[in-house]
Amino acid sequence: MSIVVENAHKRFGDYQALSDVSLEVPDGSLTALLGPSGSGKSTLLRAIAGLEELDEGRVLIGDEDATGAPPQQRNVGFVFQHYAAFKHMDVFGNVAFGLTIRKWDKADISDRVHELLRLVQLDGLAGRYPDQLSGGQRQRMALARALAVEPKVLLLDEPFGALDAKVRKDLRTWLRRLHDEVHVTTIFVTHDQEEAMDVAEQLVVMNEGRIEQTGSAPDLYEHPANEFVMSFVGEVNRLGDHFVRPHDMDVLDQPSAGTEEAIVERIVTFGFEVRVELALANDQELWAQLTREEAAELELRENQIVYVRPRHTKTFNGAAPATSPVDGAAPRAAA
Amino acid sequence: MTGNSTASRLALRSAALGYLGILLIAPVALIFYKVWDDGFGAPFDAITSPAGVHAIQLSLITVAVAVPLNTVFGVGCALMLVRREFPGRGLINAVIDLPFALSPVVIGLSLYLVYANTGWFGEWLGENGIRVVFSTPGIVLACVFVSLPFVVRETMPVLREIGTEQEEAAATLGASGWQTFWRITLPAIRWGVGYGVVLTTARVLGEFGAVTIVSGQIAGETQTVPLWIEQQFREFDQPGAYMGAIVLALLAFAALFAMQLVGRRTDTVSAAPALTTDGTEPKEAER
Repeated sequence: MSIVVENAHKRFGDYQALSDVSLEVPDGSLTALLGPSGSGKSTLLRAIAGLEELDEGRVLIGDEDATGAPPQQRNVGFVFQHYAAFKHMDVFGNVAFGLTIRKWDKADISDRVHELLRLVQLDGLAGRYPDQLSGGQRQRMALARALAVEPKVLLLDEPFGALDAKVRKDLRTWLRRLHDEVHVTTIFVTHDQEEAMDVAEQLVVMNEGRIEQTGSAPDLYEHPANEFVMSFVGEVNRLGDHFVRPHDMDVLDQPSAGTEEAIVERIVTFGFEVRVELALANDQELWAQLTREEAAELELRENQIVYVRPRHTKTFNGAAPATSPVDGAAPRAAA
Repeated sequence: MTGNSTASRLALRSAALGYLGILLIAPVALIFYKVWDDGFGAPFDAITSPAGVHAIQLSLITVAVAVPLNTVFGVGCALMLVRREFPGRGLINAVIDLPFALSPVVIGLSLYLVYANTGWFGEWLGENGIRVVFSTPGIVLACVFVSLPFVVRETMPVLREIGTEQEEAAATLGASGWQTFWRITLPAIRWGVGYGVVLTTARVLGEFGAVTIVSGQIAGETQTVPLWIEQQFREFDQPGAYMGAIVLALLAFAALFAMQLVGRRTDTVSAAPALTTDGTEPKEAER
């Protein structure tokens, strides 16, 4: 089912967690709420679940106005960052919980729970207790528990935040596949832009209680609406009013039209990508992303003098972002 | 592990055990030994005398009323203080500890002032045929008062520690507030509550100062076990006094044991639904 949030406001004491947030999530989609901590993304998610009450605004799940409804009546599946496992129940008891509350027949509960445990690959572990499971297993159990009641929407609050990097990557691939199988409208909250881009079809970038921009990953990356989105989604260098992606930096060993002198401060190699940290004559720091071959060709070393030139920059003066391919005559505010 | 640190560990352990031994274990153990000094008959005769039996009955009645009362109040109060924001929360939180801060004798006196014939409610209560002071209600009231903080104070930190996520998860899965309390919150805090109950029971059984004042110490009528022990001791019936002490200790042990038993049972009941179909016995949770 689709989810619509209209003009949501929420304040905690002096802190404005949400200010005039409106959001539309299409039926069956996988959406990420992306933003730094304190941006209001978790509050928005909890408001959709009914775990927070909005000061103003409406929440619609499907065609129903859910604004005043308690969480029990919203039929949402919610997955918490720290799993919220029922520690005194085994895996079976955890997954069966929602069905037991709904007074399902014992045999039906058993069938449904085992079907879900197969789906989340925990079938052999029905008798284990949460403290006998790894973090990844606990989170899959929590997901099965949320899916057991056939929720209209699935909400995940930083679901992989407490897991280590490797498990995190596996789980997000797995979540995407699960979504292809189950097709329930899903929103997940994350502060990790790579995770958001990897998993979600639609990204909602939030900052300071507002939605900055909504769109697909390539959309946000290529056409950021403002400075915040540009710097939060992907890496960026700032040169005065101009923003440039590190992979849009030319690094040359000879001066050329529009180049500027810079000194190499540090070279970091990550597999095939080389990160070159530079300082301009005016001490401004920036970095360029090169391939290994490019770096090898330049024979880069620390304290070397190089000549840099941005290929594309963006400015966000006024409402519409302007993109300017930089040639020799491009304005250089930093110089 | 070096020999040196093993030696220091042993020294530390013996010091701790020795301290406990001299301060706690030896004096109590001595009672179990000294009680038989005048033979086996005297202590049994004393405790089975009408006044002795009545004292045990009265102590048990007091426990049966005061402990459930303070358990229900304590868990409810802890839930309010930890989970809700309301004006006056800080004040209630501070007042809860009052029974610990005041001497039980002071508590007894203040209850006397309120409920005696000349007190605030005493007159009205007397006119309606309810006698509080110098009778069982007064004793129960005094015991409820002095043991009030235990369950609250033992439950609050556990409630804080488990956080609200499990309760929120239960709510999104459709559980009502009441269902969430019985199925999620209570099992999660049961050890804290249980410990509070054991402490409450021990305190109610052992309460002396407040009960002395409000009961009037009428033998065979308003004497709880501690008051009866004190009277025996005063009247040079030492075997009787020691025997009373043993009865008190045994009742306290029984409470501890019952709590352990109940804790275990709720573990297996809530943790192992009869629905497990993979043929394996549900395992006991590791703790």
